[in-house]
Amino acid sequence: MTANCPICDAQVSIPADAKVSEVIRCVDCNNQLVIEKIDGDMTVLQEAPQVEEDWGE
Amino acid sequence: MKIAMLHTTIRTDEKLLIKAAKSRNVNLECLDVRNMILDIDNDYDYDIVLERCISTTKGNYGTSFFESLNISVVNSSAVARVCQDKYLTSLALAKDQIPTPDFTMVFDLGAARTAIEQIGGFPVVIKPTIGSWGRLLSKVNDFDALETILEHKQVLGSPHHKAFYIQKYIEKKGADIRAFVINGKVICAILRRSDHWITNTARGAVAENFTVDKRLEIICRQASDAVGGGILAIDLMELNGGYTINEINHTMEFKNSETPTGVSISGAIIDYCLKIAKQNNL
Repeated sequence: MTANCPICDAQVSIPADAKVSEVIRCVDCNNQLVIEKIDGDMTVLQEAPQVEEDWGE
Repeated sequence: MKIAMLHTTIRTDEKLLIKAAKSRNVNLECLDVRNMILDIDNDYDYDIVLERCISTTKGNYGTSFFESLNISVVNSSAVARVCQDKYLTSLALAKDQIPTPDFTMVFDLGAARTAIEQIGGFPVVIKPTIGSWGRLLSKVNDFDALETILEHKQVLGSPHHKAFYIQKYIEKKGADIRAFVINGKVICAILRRSDHWITNTARGAVAENFTVDKRLEIICRQASDAVGGGILAIDLMELNGGYTINEINHTMEFKNSETPTGVSISGAIIDYCLKIAKQNNL
């Protein structure tokens, strides 16, 4: 399964066990993306959110 | 048995947890807190909630919400409250006389100068009380640097950056230890090596297995008791033939640690959630 990178429009390979909200990387533009929606064979990607001050362990 | 995993973005760590639950035939439902309406009139039938939010703020509200519905959350809001704040962690450790670097909290430059003298002088480390991954840590070697850093924090920082948490700098010789602790028991530990004085794996430190010894088991059990137990990553340094605890993390990342230790940390987390849920259902 593939989806279009929302930043560079490259075809991004989606892992078979992908989950909504999972972070993946576009190998073409190297940006981090987040899986917004999985609907059958269709996957929608968005640019991943930037690190915020309260992020961590 | 139904576990809800409260999350924001799903990292490799959460994928490992999903896999561990699946291999145990456990029903694990992913709940993205960012899409939730935390309304107490909504019904939930979870036996337990595992809090895995990358955002501390959202994790806190999600945890308090489920606790208000009498659904147990791992880690609890009480544990999160102490561990998310480095000063509160230091206070909890010091109260129970558990070794931790000398520390202090001040709110202005003059007090900082006096406080640093009281903990033995420079170098010191100034850290935001809330934050992670080694971000915004400052190793301060002299008064000039202290003056500059505190002025920047005073002018540019949000209110919590104007509370100056200062810790005595400990020379850790390029490595520190992270112990993975569940319910007071060390399940495994890693040594984190780096050429930089900050040894977070998020900052490029390399993890290798660290053999757990009796002293490590004891200090980690004491620290776990001091902050309220649960699932913890305890960061330690070797000092004077023993250990001293640097900080404690309550939503630990472990993806880089399963391979070097050979321990399924994700599996141990799911097993602990099941154990707590079964206890609650008795």
